[in-house]
Order: sequence, then C-alpha cells, then structure tokens
Amino acid sequence: MIDARAIRRDFPIFEQAMNGRPLVYLDSAATAQKPRPVIEAVRRFYEEYNANVHRAIHALGERATESYEEARRKVARFIHAPGPETIVFTKNATEAINLVAYSWARNNLRPGDEIALTPIEHHSNLVPWQLAARAVGARLRFFELAPDGEIRADRIDEVIGEKTRLVAVTQASNTLGTLVPVESIVAAARRRGALVLVDGAQSVPHMPVDVQALDCDFLAFSGHKMGGPTGIGVLYGRREVLESMEPFLGGGDMISSVRLDGAEWNELPYKFEAGTPPIAEAIGLGAAVDYLSALGMDNIRAHEQRLAQYALERLGALPGVTVYGPRERAGLVTFNVDGIHPHDLATVLDQEGIAIRAGHHCAQPVMDWLGVPAAARASFWVYNTEEDVDRLVAGLKTAKEFFGHVVGA
Amino acid sequence: MSLEHSHPVKLNELYRDVIMDHYRRPRNKGDLPDPTVAVDLHNPVCGDEISLKLLVEGGTIRKARFEGRGCSISQSSASMMAQQLEGKSLAEAETMLGRFKEMMRGDEQAGEALGDLVALSGVAKFPVRVKCALLAWEALERSLEQLR
Ligand SMILES: Cc1ncc(COP(=O)(O)O)c(C=O)c1O
Repeated sequence: MIDARAIRRDFPIFEQAMNGRPLVYLDSAATAQKPRPVIEAVRRFYEEYNANVHRAIHALGERATESYEEARRKVARFIHAPGPETIVFTKNATEAINLVAYSWARNNLRPGDEIALTPIEHHSNLVPWQLAARAVGARLRFFELAPDGEIRADRIDEVIGEKTRLVAVTQASNTLGTLVPVESIVAAARRRGALVLVDGAQSVPHMPVDVQALDCDFLAFSGHKMGGPTGIGVLYGRREVLESMEPFLGGGDMISSVRLDGAEWNELPYKFEAGTPPIAEAIGLGAAVDYLSALGMDNIRAHEQRLAQYALERLGALPGVTVYGPRERAGLVTFNVDGIHPHDLATVLDQEGIAIRAGHHCAQPVMDWLGVPAAARASFWVYNTEEDVDRLVAGLKTAKEFFGHVVGA
Repeated sequence: MSLEHSHPVKLNELYRDVIMDHYRRPRNKGDLPDPTVAVDLHNPVCGDEISLKLLVEGGTIRKARFEGRGCSISQSSASMMAQQLEGKSLAEAETMLGRFKEMMRGDEQAGEALGDLVALSGVAKFPVRVKCALLAWEALERSLEQLR
C-alpha cells in the first residue's frame, strides 16, 4: 500500500502554498517532483566528493567514479538488466532513442526496410524514426488503434512483416494512457527477426519493468520523470546489439586508444558515453531508484491505477467533460471541457493551486486522431491522493461556473 | 452572485467580458479572397493557429480577416485586432502593434489608445499566456514586413 499523504512529506516542494492553497501537482507525466533523498544525494556529491569520473588519480575522483558506477548498477537492477554494461547513461529518453536511430538505424537499415510504430508515440519516439527513415529510404508503418485508443492486438501481424527491421513502441502512452501490448509486439517482431525498442518514459516510473521478461532489445527512459534530476536518461541495450553498433558521439571516455588517423572504441557502455557524463544527475537517479524500490513498483502501479479509475469516475460524472483513452490505463487522464479551451482551463486551475498540463502533449498525431487541437491532462504519481482528484473536480466546476458567468454576463 | 467574491481577483482581470464575448462571437473571422498579404502562424508549443489576411489599398487596410483555433486569449486578441485594423493606415497599424506589445510588457498606459483591446491588459500578469495574446500580432508584424 502507498500512503500518499506520508510520501508527500518526502517532497520538499509541497511545503509551499501555491496561490494560497496546498499545491496539487497533476503534471508528473511531464516531470516528477523530487524526493528529499535525491536532492540530498546531489547536494552531497557537490559538497563532499565532486570530481570527474574515470580520469582522476585521487580520492575524490575514485569516490565519484564509484558512486557513478553504483548508480548504473542500481538502474540495471531496477529494470532487471543482465548487467551494468547494458546501461548507457544519456541526457534523457529522447537522446537515448536518437542514439539508436543514429548508431543502429542509419547503419543497418536499407531502402525499403520498415520501422513499425504505434500512432500514439510521443514526438521523441516518432521524429527520430522519420529522420532515420528519410536518411536511408526506409518506411514507417503504424499499428492500428481501436476506437477507445487501445492498440489492436489482432492486427499486429499485419504491420510487422518481412520488411520490418525495427519496432519502436511506447509502453505507456503519455496522452491516452494506453498500455501498449509490448509482449505480443515483441513476439511478433521475434518471428520476423526485427529488433524492438521500448519507450519506457511513461512506464519505468510507474510500474515494474523487466527488460529480460519483456525480451526487448532497447529500453529508453528519463530520470526526471521518476524523481531523479533532469539531464539524465537511460538507454538499456541488449549486449550483442550494443556491441555491434557504431558509437553515437565521439570524444573522450568513449575510446580505448586514439592515433591521429583513427581510434579504437572503449568497451560497453563507455563506447556510448562520450565526454564528461552527468555525474551528479546519475547519482541522483540512483537515489531515486532506491526510493522507488523501497516503495515497491507494484504498489506504485496499484496506487496510480486506483487514482486513475477514481478520476475516470469523477470526471465522467461531470456534464460537458470528455475523457479520452481506454478504461484500463496508465496513471493519467486526458480530457476536455465543452466550451473551455484547455489553456483557459489550466489558467483557472492554476489560480486554485492545481497544476495540470494543457496542449498537444508532444503528440500532435494523437490530437489529430482525437479531432481536437489540444487537451488537458492530469497525471498521477506516488504523492497524489484522492483528495487531489477531488480538488481537480472542484476546480473544473469553478472553471465551468466562471466561464458560464462570464459568457452569460 | 458576484464574481468578485467567488473567484480570485486575478482571474477577473484576465477574463474580461469583452474577451469572452469576442471568443464566443469572433468578429472579422473568415476567409478573404485575393488578399494583399496573408500570413499563417502556429504556436508549436500549444497548437494555437492564426491565419491573417489583409486587403490593402493605397496604404490603408480595407479588410482584415482571420481564421484560427486556440484559447480565448489568442482568439479574442485576433478578433479585436482584426476589427480595429480595418480603415487604419499601415503606419497606424504599426503604432497599434507597438502599443499592444508594450501593454503586454505591463505598460497599462499603452493600452489606453487601443479601444476594446485594453481588456487584454490583464494578460501581462500571466506571463505564460502573453504568447497567446501576441500570436495574432506576430502575424500582423510579419504582414507589415511583407508590405514594406
Ligand atoms: C512517452 C514519452 N516518451 C518520451 C518522452 C521524452 O522524454 P524527455 O523529454 O525526457 O526526453 C516523453 C516525455 O514527455 C514521453 O512522455
């Protein structure tokens, strides 16, 4: 069980009032708040052992390197990776995906090859493939959506075919909340010998993810969406695939030897970590992983599921509110209120101390599919309570009343 | 029931009646065949869209029409702007543009000569919404540049 009220006290940001009221933060899908142990870990690094990693012959450097590598081991255990060498630290999920698009796709795809995606990808798991496809003459194919926003599992085999070389899918959608049937997709991809990249930006922070059970080739996610600092992301890669790949960025740390006319690459994962990495950020992410593991990812998923169902119920009962996406979903609800643009809604809610997201959620094709220019989204995490949902509902009523009055006036 | 008592004051400063009126019943909205200048603008962050078309004759804006979609602030701003542009000289339009921008920077005096548009002065207190109010004006700015 998650005691969200107690957990809230671990997050210093909730100590402040927002526009005179306790802050209701319903935008964790954009970025999550940070628990004290993460902030402490980053502070301790800078105050006690700040040094570069893998270079220094001094005690500070040794401690920095050890902590950085310990963070990598923590992340590996967290997603059940076979070893820390399969964990590449990046800037964020976007960079992790681009790493694969550059180092793998551009070197392995041929004209006519196909990449299969869902039509509900975040721009960061769509645009890199559009670019790669254009560069090599490959083609993008898309899985079919059911009317409620689920992926049609019965149509997967029609999209993954002979020519499919890569399948890149989100595990949980940041707009519709759809939980993508990754297992079936991996199975279909295996039958065709295609690789699978899973965008875990909205799953790793919210539910147990086991890369070996999923049997995916890549998993990308961002530290800042799981309580870690910004500026740190992760690419998990299957060892053989990572080994076969060319480096992404060139520079220091990623080489084993350099002559003027060439260089040999360093071993995994350093081959993909050119230059001084985000050290404090990785250590902070390690602390976030510890924090989440102590809460239990199963508990977190159950907690969010309860909140999402409660929110669906409450929002669904409000006249003039349209909720998008399937019933069984990730911990978020995307919706619109008749006659009130989501920006206006977000401004009214903000005055009430309630932070939601409004806009196209970096998923314009999803907005097109819904037939709306924009939508509002409330997303949940460990510190959210049913009371937060109640405050949201009250805020929506205020907004409707306010706009009703203004219009009627 | 008085809004002043039931809602934070700031909201009433932002959503003046005039704004909501233009949002619900936009003026000068629609297509304009054979415009002298046409500019489409899109705010990639929020998805707001404005398409502005002007018919200019002898240095005077005879017709101004806009199409678009977006929030109450962006659409009412476009509606009021287009309404006021008609009959103005290009130089006067330039002056309006300057005044509106100053108003968005918090200069309340700048709004006094802007008619109904002064209703948008409250937006200056909501920095994240200023870009909504400015979208139509950016389209005007580009139109004037093209006419130069
Ligand atoms: C599903 C999904 N993928 C990828 C990303 C990109 O994450 P980042 O901006 O941290 O790279 C996001 C962020 O919103 C997301 O929701």
